[in-house]
Amino acid sequence: MFELRGLIDTIWGWIAGLLADIGLSAGLVQLIGYAIIAAVLFGVIALVVLFLVWWERKVSAKMQDRLGPMRVGWHGIIQTIADAMKLLQKEDITPKNIDFPIHFWAPVITFVAAFMVYVTVPFGKGLIVADLNVGVLYIIAITTFTVIGLLMAGWGSNNKYALLGGFRSAAQVVSYEVPLTLSLLGVIMISQTLSLGTIVGQQDGFFKWYVWRQPLGFVIFWIAATAECNRTPFDLPEADSELVAGFVTEYSGMKFAMFFLAEFLNMFTASVVAVTLFFGGWMSPFGPDFGPSWLWFFAKTFFFVFVLMWFRWTYPRLRVDQLMGFAWKVLLPLAFLNILLTGLGIYIFD
Amino acid sequence: MGSATIGLNHFLVLSGILFTIGMFGVLTRRNAIAVLMSTELMFNAVNITLVAFSRYLAPAAFTGQIVAFFTIIIAAAEATVALAIVLLIYRSFQGINVDRINFMKW
Amino acid sequence: MTDAFLTNLAFYVISFCVIAGGIFVVSSRNLFHSAVFLVFTLFSVAGIFVMLSAYLLAAIQVLVYVGAVAMLMIFGVMLTTQLSNVRIRYMNEQVWPALLICAGFLALLVYGLTDTPFATGNVAAPVEGAKAIGTLLMTKYVLPFEMVSVLLLAALVGAIVIAKKD
Repeated sequence: MFELRGLIDTIWGWIAGLLADIGLSAGLVQLIGYAIIAAVLFGVIALVVLFLVWWERKVSAKMQDRLGPMRVGWHGIIQTIADAMKLLQKEDITPKNIDFPIHFWAPVITFVAAFMVYVTVPFGKGLIVADLNVGVLYIIAITTFTVIGLLMAGWGSNNKYALLGGFRSAAQVVSYEVPLTLSLLGVIMISQTLSLGTIVGQQDGFFKWYVWRQPLGFVIFWIAATAECNRTPFDLPEADSELVAGFVTEYSGMKFAMFFLAEFLNMFTASVVAVTLFFGGWMSPFGPDFGPSWLWFFAKTFFFVFVLMWFRWTYPRLRVDQLMGFAWKVLLPLAFLNILLTGLGIYIFD
Repeated sequence: MGSATIGLNHFLVLSGILFTIGMFGVLTRRNAIAVLMSTELMFNAVNITLVAFSRYLAPAAFTGQIVAFFTIIIAAAEATVALAIVLLIYRSFQGINVDRINFMKW
Repeated sequence: MTDAFLTNLAFYVISFCVIAGGIFVVSSRNLFHSAVFLVFTLFSVAGIFVMLSAYLLAAIQVLVYVGAVAMLMIFGVMLTTQLSNVRIRYMNEQVWPALLICAGFLALLVYGLTDTPFATGNVAAPVEGAKAIGTLLMTKYVLPFEMVSVLLLAALVGAIVIAKKD
């Protein structure tokens, strides 16, 4: 009824007919189709990120009994756009003794990698660009590019704070990636597939959500994902009080904006993966046909983004040794235990 | 390339070129880490060959893909140990140029 | 991706990325640049795997190589590079002989590969690779699988013991 898939198919059918009429070959039409899909996806994600930046400021303001941005638009809703315009106009300062290509490409790689994840995310019923049969692995693989971007930023800036921040974040992200991947294994073992579309399709009903069968897996995933996005209490890479701003110290203008947006994008990605794998994706709690599916997807995802913001204003920052110790000594054994329990459960009940 | 569609030979030639590039790096670079990176290129060239053969000769058996899978794992293990050795060499020689580490040669 | 035009385009673009990336890896003076180009090359090789419909392997390639091996390389570069502006020789004195040998080797390889008739049939690409590979790893190839895991453990312990300061 409110599903977007039919509408998109109609519009694309019209455009494809138009392109075929002016004499383009089928391959070229397909290529243009991919380009349009990429552009639309980029637009939607960019809008979401702009909204998230505003929302983070509002949430943090409310938690500290402030008002937050109020001036630009209704309750400051277009404040982010104003800020983005400001950053675009600012002088793009490049420090003198930097490794220029590395310094330049670091934000680009981080941003593009953060964006590429969404190729295989089911946004709603039929709203998936490519339902890869290795979807979960694809997401984990693409997110590792973030670390390369951080290391490049740290090294390319030729600045001790940036380098330390880059090192810290690389160590942190690599460590937490291990329990994160292992925590997703439980869901994969139950669902017998790596395709995100199929995993969502299996969770058609409130009690079929995988979080009920994988509570430990979800908790491990959520903690590790918080660390992956460098959010408080794991925001050591850019601990402002120790490292100025970590790996972004030497960045300004548009390049800073790209890092900033990539960070919010990663936050959204973590929530998307949590919702898709553990909370039924676009399925409503009352079955697959209750209300528009994409609305359910975004509602759930925004809830988890809110939880991440809530963490930020609730917990203090960990120390480096605590952080590493927690990943290797607590989360990793728990993740193994979760796999063992899942295996036992499958053996006993199936 | 004359043929219209991409076939096995295209992938094999690509793999050959990549392998040769890696070999050139191994033969000429002085820095130990650069040599390691060149060997990674050679590993990848071999993996392309394996997967290409698997795809075009016996796609249902997956043998080539599984061997490539093991190659990737062993390459990772090799990189770990090799980098540990490189760090050790760096500590005792204050440099990692492979043509200087010749104290075993008389 | 049934259209031959798209497949050809994709193959040539990705091959160009692989080869150009590889050349930069071995010829770049700055080691950090080499490492970044290595990431680029390995990612392009994953693209080649996708073209060969080895999707699982492509994902593993990115996960292991980009996420682990290339990162180790970058760490190695960071820990061993002296920050100085002294331009030292970064290749040894065998550049020209090596170039000659490599060119000869490549010519031989290409000749041999293109001249050999391989028994390629028009076999369709398998659809569900991940499940089949997983099953094979747990049944037919379980011994190598376990041995590789022991090897990984040995490499882990070995690397720590070697690199540890005493």
